[in-house]
Amino acid sequence: MIRNYDKLIFELSKEGRVGYSLPKNELKEKYCPCQLPAALKRESKPELPEVTEFDVVRHYTNLSNKNFGVDTGFYPLGSCTMKYNPRLNEEISALPSFARLHPATPVEAAQGALEVYYNLAASLAEISGLAAFTLNPYAGAHGELTGLMIMRSYHLQRGDSKRTKVIVPDSAHGTNPASAAVCGLEIVEVKSTPNGTVDVEDLKPLLDDTIAGIMMTNPNTLGIFETEIPEIARLVHECGGLLYYDGANLNAVLGKCRPGDMGFDIMHINLHKTFSTPHGGGGPGDGPVGVRAGLEKLLPNPQVKKDAAGKFYIDTDEASAGYVSNFLGNFGVLLRAYTYILTLGRENVKMVGPLAVLNANYVKESLKDDYYLPIEGICKHEFVFDGLADKSTGVTTLDIAKRLLDYGYHAPTIYFPLLFHQSIMIEPTETESKETLDEFIAVMKKVAKEAIGNPDIVKSAPHSTPVRRLDETTAARFPKTTYRQLKG
Amino acid sequence: MKYFPHTQQDIEQMLAVAGVKSLDGLFGEIPQQLLFDREFALPEAMSEAEIRKFFEALGKRNGDLVCFAGAGVEDHYSPSVIAPILSRGEFLTAYTPYQPEISQGTLQYIFEYQSMICELTGMDVTNASMYDGTTATAEAMMMCVSIAKKRNRVLVSATMDPKVRRVVETYAKYQGVTVDLIAEKDGVTDLTDLESKLAADDVAGVILAQPNFYGIVEDYTGVADMCHARKAQLVMNVKPSTLAVLKTPAEWGADIACGDAQSLGIPMTYGGPYVGFLACVNAHVRKLPGRIVGATTDVDGKRAFVLTLQAREQHIRREKANSNICSNQSLMALYVTIYMSVMGHKGLKEACCLSYSGAHYLAEQLVATGKCSMVHDKPFFNEFAVRTTVPAAKVQEALLAAGILGGVRIADDTLLLCVTEQRTKEEIDTLVSIVNNIQ
Repeated sequence: MIRNYDKLIFELSKEGRVGYSLPKNELKEKYCPCQLPAALKRESKPELPEVTEFDVVRHYTNLSNKNFGVDTGFYPLGSCTMKYNPRLNEEISALPSFARLHPATPVEAAQGALEVYYNLAASLAEISGLAAFTLNPYAGAHGELTGLMIMRSYHLQRGDSKRTKVIVPDSAHGTNPASAAVCGLEIVEVKSTPNGTVDVEDLKPLLDDTIAGIMMTNPNTLGIFETEIPEIARLVHECGGLLYYDGANLNAVLGKCRPGDMGFDIMHINLHKTFSTPHGGGGPGDGPVGVRAGLEKLLPNPQVKKDAAGKFYIDTDEASAGYVSNFLGNFGVLLRAYTYILTLGRENVKMVGPLAVLNANYVKESLKDDYYLPIEGICKHEFVFDGLADKSTGVTTLDIAKRLLDYGYHAPTIYFPLLFHQSIMIEPTETESKETLDEFIAVMKKVAKEAIGNPDIVKSAPHSTPVRRLDETTAARFPKTTYRQLKG
Repeated sequence: MKYFPHTQQDIEQMLAVAGVKSLDGLFGEIPQQLLFDREFALPEAMSEAEIRKFFEALGKRNGDLVCFAGAGVEDHYSPSVIAPILSRGEFLTAYTPYQPEISQGTLQYIFEYQSMICELTGMDVTNASMYDGTTATAEAMMMCVSIAKKRNRVLVSATMDPKVRRVVETYAKYQGVTVDLIAEKDGVTDLTDLESKLAADDVAGVILAQPNFYGIVEDYTGVADMCHARKAQLVMNVKPSTLAVLKTPAEWGADIACGDAQSLGIPMTYGGPYVGFLACVNAHVRKLPGRIVGATTDVDGKRAFVLTLQAREQHIRREKANSNICSNQSLMALYVTIYMSVMGHKGLKEACCLSYSGAHYLAEQLVATGKCSMVHDKPFFNEFAVRTTVPAAKVQEALLAAGILGGVRIADDTLLLCVTEQRTKEEIDTLVSIVNNIQ
């Protein structure tokens, strides 16, 4: 491995080199963009690299060596469900019969693709206990926004325009309040009880005829199942609101219980979490949104349907909450998720939640003497420590996270949820073996001991990564976000 | 099950540590009536070989067509080096680069992506990418409203791709933003109508397309001044593949540039994944949503890259955020970064030239059949609208029967046809001869 590779692609550029090959242009004597009026043509020259194909391959291969993925090692990033991303999914999504399909292809020449969409949506409906799904939203946050648009449309189409508030627990993902705000809703925060669940007594006085609904994850961001969900659902429905399920934590209960059965009306799923599609360094994901019976018409357009003869077609509905994407979502991601569901099959889908929860509890119980566990008891897919058990060391959660990098692990999610000052949120997922977890546990214990015996090595970590701690302050104060700016 | 590593012995030992007797015991607190107690109505597990056959069979029910359709999604040359690099697990299976020390690969390619998008568009700054062109344009609309503070009306040209317009309209609806259309005149934006709509001094932003939905390259001379005189932002939705040749949004005087970068070699894949881009002038960087990567140094003085200007983002601002975008479309940003590296300015220009030549040749040949006429008399790039003497649906049927996707039908007698560097002269001639033979 080339440890010190530090070139930018621009720094490999040499005038005259090319990395592409295009066919000869037999027609250019007669038709050429040079014939366009001068006013429409570019004056400046874009400074793009001039490199060979081989330069490109070696450059990006070297860059990849400075990255850490699930394929590299254990990635216990809480709330992100970093499970194994099967290679078969990749192979299927690259099939030319799908990859070459233009979205404007007449439906009779796109029946295979439409069947994938339709059947994946139906599978997700079965798995989550809801009536219908759209697969059009591109990501989890996009799904949230879509779901809230559906919530608002539901009220507005009933002629009820005063429901402009949505209740969000104080432990919620940051996207929840942001999505609500972008959807034009006002946020009302509901407090958590000391054991991290929604405080029903705090919720009750918030419920009136201005409430559009509530957004919840279950289990919540602390990995705790909200056992009072039937009562919460009853109360919210009684006041005329709807329940939105943030599917970020769906992996915990996959196969054990379904959001629809818990009383939720609308939900999104992160295919890139629960259904094994790769995160790709931050996308592309896909954020399907499901609704209970009676709300189907509100799903975004276009919608995929099947006629009596079994033929698939694309439809639009006047009552729809609107259009949220170019076409039918990140179709390539849908192929991956559908491949995963078919690979698991009905007998294995139901094992995902139990094994994920087993792994989380095993790690939690193994480490709770060394790290402070603020909420005892059985957790679901993830759990949160509030820093080290020994509070005298001066070693912070950030230090621990950085030290883990030295030992070849990705850090857990840190400083979230906001309920604790030193949150360390760990989610192992079901695809990790006992041996991997045992090694991780041993390293976590070792770091806890280092924090006592040799705190400096932890505070100055990481030591063995391609770069060490970064100067983020200067980056923000004097932003250099392009090569042109960097060159000065 | 090949994705579950647990042996029976593992499960027993781990349950003992967890202090629970059975896997069901891990869910003991959940009210009984919520537990799912039947089999899922899903197929049984399939083997790898069965799955391959299953999807191959489904794939055969999709037509493998020679593509003359565009309308925002085009069939472009995809260099062979891209897919293998994207499939490297270190890129493919990483999360958002929260731990920069072990994410320099992702952070650096995003920095390169940002640099190249700024080179192509001429803008000062861009974010780390958006979901697609429709949502990037909706975010541009939200930026305008946020910049203007007290204005909540935006104008969108009627020559904008309706697929973009309707997403902008959807986002606007829920935020109480009014979207008014600027009229179209002879296939281009009616600048007189624009001027009169700006006169109320309540417009936050004006959103225009280049090339427009009909493939026409519009002349926006004077438009930026017209907008700025009324304190409205000028947003241009552009097709990046054309920017090797066409005047950049910066050269037109735009404040914000956005669009879909699918035209930079991304496979069509029935609508996605693609990647949106959103760039702006320096003055608006604090209003730019999403991730931004900046250069810095580490404690040893080594050059490094990091997510920066995070005070703008949803996870900090929560309900005060201007946008709820949480991530980006990273892997597809890598896709177009590699594409632009391989192509360089020269390759992009050559691809533009092939597309332009092919489209103009096709247009001329179709008109020569007497069965089609040009709808507009305006400069176009690689896409154009033709009026057909027979119903357009009939033309498309005849082409489909010959394995050709004959454009996008935008009216009963109008087809929008697109040619890229992927189409050969023979394919164009075949299309023309089929049209010529329609009775």
